[in-house]
Amino acid sequence: MTIQNGTRSAVFKIVASAVAALSLVAMAAPATAAGGGAKHPRSGGFSFEGPFGTFDQAQLQRGYKVYREVCAACHGMQLMSFRNLGQPGGPFYDAHENWSPAENPYVRALAAEVQVPDIDTETGEPITRPATPADHFPSPYPNATAAAAANGGAAPPDLSVMAKARHDGANYIYSLLSGYVPAPQGLKMAPGQHYNPYMAGDLAPFWEGDEHHVPPGGFIAMPAPLSDGQVTYDDGSPQTVDQYAKDVAAFIAWASDPHAVERKRTGFGVLIFLLLFAGLTYASYRRIWKGIAH
Amino acid sequence: MSDHESTYVPKTGIEKWLDSRLPIIRFGADYMSLPTPRNLNYWYTFGGILTLCLMVQIVTGIVLAMHYVPNTELAFASVERIMRDVNGGWLIRYVHANGASMFFIAVYLHMLRGLYYGSYKAPREIIWILGCVIFFLMIATAFLGYVLPWGQMSFWGAEVITNLIGAIPMIGEPVLIWLRGGPAIDNATLNRFFSLHYLLPFVIFGVVVLHLWALHTSGQNNPAGILIPKERTPKDTLPFHPYFTVKDGFAIILFLILFAVFVFYMPNALGHADNYIPANPLQTPAHIVPEWYMLPFYAILRAIPDKFGGVLAMFGAIGVLFILPWLDTSRVRSMRYRPTMKVFFLIFLVVGVGLGWCGAQLPDAQVVPGMPSFQLLDGQLNSYLWLTRLLTAYYFAFFFIIMPWVGLKETPLPVPHSISEPVLDGGIPEKKG
Ligand code: HEC
Ligand code: HEM
Repeated sequence: MTIQNGTRSAVFKIVASAVAALSLVAMAAPATAAGGGAKHPRSGGFSFEGPFGTFDQAQLQRGYKVYREVCAACHGMQLMSFRNLGQPGGPFYDAHENWSPAENPYVRALAAEVQVPDIDTETGEPITRPATPADHFPSPYPNATAAAAANGGAAPPDLSVMAKARHDGANYIYSLLSGYVPAPQGLKMAPGQHYNPYMAGDLAPFWEGDEHHVPPGGFIAMPAPLSDGQVTYDDGSPQTVDQYAKDVAAFIAWASDPHAVERKRTGFGVLIFLLLFAGLTYASYRRIWKGIAH
Repeated sequence: MSDHESTYVPKTGIEKWLDSRLPIIRFGADYMSLPTPRNLNYWYTFGGILTLCLMVQIVTGIVLAMHYVPNTELAFASVERIMRDVNGGWLIRYVHANGASMFFIAVYLHMLRGLYYGSYKAPREIIWILGCVIFFLMIATAFLGYVLPWGQMSFWGAEVITNLIGAIPMIGEPVLIWLRGGPAIDNATLNRFFSLHYLLPFVIFGVVVLHLWALHTSGQNNPAGILIPKERTPKDTLPFHPYFTVKDGFAIILFLILFAVFVFYMPNALGHADNYIPANPLQTPAHIVPEWYMLPFYAILRAIPDKFGGVLAMFGAIGVLFILPWLDTSRVRSMRYRPTMKVFFLIFLVVGVGLGWCGAQLPDAQVVPGMPSFQLLDGQLNSYLWLTRLLTAYYFAFFFIIMPWVGLKETPLPVPHSISEPVLDGGIPEKKG
């Protein structure tokens, strides 16, 4: 029961707690490390990162435009309805007008630009009609087989939750779309395949060059979808591949987690409350245990 | 503490009426006045934290089940619908998904606490064994729950784990088909997994009641690991309320802060991104990994070259916990007085974390990148395969060799006769908190 024993025990306790805490982090971290030798995504400098970040509404609107005009030709977003575009926090929400998502005129107009399949209520024949805010985004292909057949065997995945389905989602999508480069000399390309240094994969079997310098990344069946000037922006933002890629990545990040900002705001309140509550409880603890040896 | 006398006196007429029919208020009052060892430290707060975790999982789970659809075509979208369209649904679902991780953090610390202070030793063997039952049921529940959102990891995790059953000689194949409800993982599997995932938490609840009953019969252990002699009870203990309610309460709030940081700021950090890809039976993910809390056992499974052997080792790693009370030969409970054992315990901690780390790596990958090594049997020496085997060997040696052997050979430090003795002379390392 010497002092020395006390110190040793304290050190031991600290070490034990540190090990316990680290174990969690250590085990969670490698689970995300999968994905071969792809290049680490570049940062898109997004406004929604960090505990206080919020979506840039103008960017979400541009991102929706890029999705609608470019990506929607191949990719569905089945979990999205047009009304989502007008919900609080969404790209076309207007805090001043207080429209419901269904009566939001922007949303109605955007929906009406898109044709969706339906059944004629009189004849029962399949028809197409302009979408309403209640409709889901239509998928470009009737099924996954048709989608794969039209794209060299690889079906374009649904983009509704794409930012959550890849590690570092928004930065990854941005880097992938803006990161196409010509395939390095010595890489055996299969027809219908493209090279992208950010795509997961292992290129060693296809590499004829120096075995210690296998190029990073992998093959992707998606041809570089964006080119400068392809989509017209009316807010003066640069009409470049880099900007398009950032904007559409931001839009997909919002669509993947539409309540992210609300979540972080709620969390702030919850943490303030818990910290105050912890302080109060600690004060009661000190008071109750005052003068009690233990 | 077992024969703690009831001090409850019903005051009003209705309390008296109730007390002679269903003494439920007396039960609560006796619980609150329970004499509790005064030297309990913060490692002893995880019991309360675990109770909270179970409640949180049950309450959020019941709400999720109101919106969830256990059908392979609809399950993924129904979970996303909860997150997008159900009011507060994102909160409920993130609390439930992260709640499982929090539950496991708490249970691991709770078990390590028991291991360190010798809480499994007589007269508390039953408490310990019931705790092991709870742990096993938790693993089963979490595994079943992880299948429900029907993402890629849900499906392929279920595939890998149910396949293990198929490795059992003779009966494996029929049992496998019976469990899955068909030759492959499909709608029938998802439906029964949902049913069982709903059921098991209530079974856990029942075992928790038994666990606490056994606890209040044998009395709580304490960091000194000594039994409190009857005549010392007033000096060595304090009533549960307010002393330990406030201490547990404070710890619970700290735990909730950690919980909230995950739920609100990094809700997907503990999960795998692949589980946001809808399950696709035709496309195997590059790297199938279970949730972090299963990784050490997954590593042990893969350490054994034979599949059935791996299954036995994995279940053995959990099973050995059940017989722990009879593997430890030491007369002293608390490792506070067992300096040699303390060192082995620390190594055990590192090994446990190491196994978790290995469980997330590809077995063939090099531990030290670029370091040349040689082929040893079925793998390179410098590979996670061999590191996992080394750690697995220690894991089992800790229980089967070190525990019995050190207990017989070591010279423990002098153990105090009672709690208040070392506390009052100021020598014991527990200070505030
Ligand atoms: C010509 C059709 C086509 C267009 C247009 C297109 N894609 Fe793709 N995309 C594909 C195909 C096919 C794949 C599957 C690639 C594979 O698995 O090899 C794909 C895959 C992807 C992936 C997943 C990559 C991975 O990690 O697996 C993302 C993200 C993606 N596309 C985003 C977009 C975005 C954003 C746009 C609009 C700017 C877009 N795509 C436009 C066909 C297209
Ligand atoms: C011991 C307590 C429990 C544990 C450890 C647990 C664990 C889990 C886990 C790990 C998931 C997957 C989360 C994800 O990644 O999405 C899950 C999902 C689910 N659980 Fe539980 N659960 C528990 C209790 C319950 C109870 C009591 C119910 C119902 C009454 C329930 C209903 C559900 C439902 C409907 C899902 C699917 C929705 C989703 O995936 O988020 N759970 N559970």
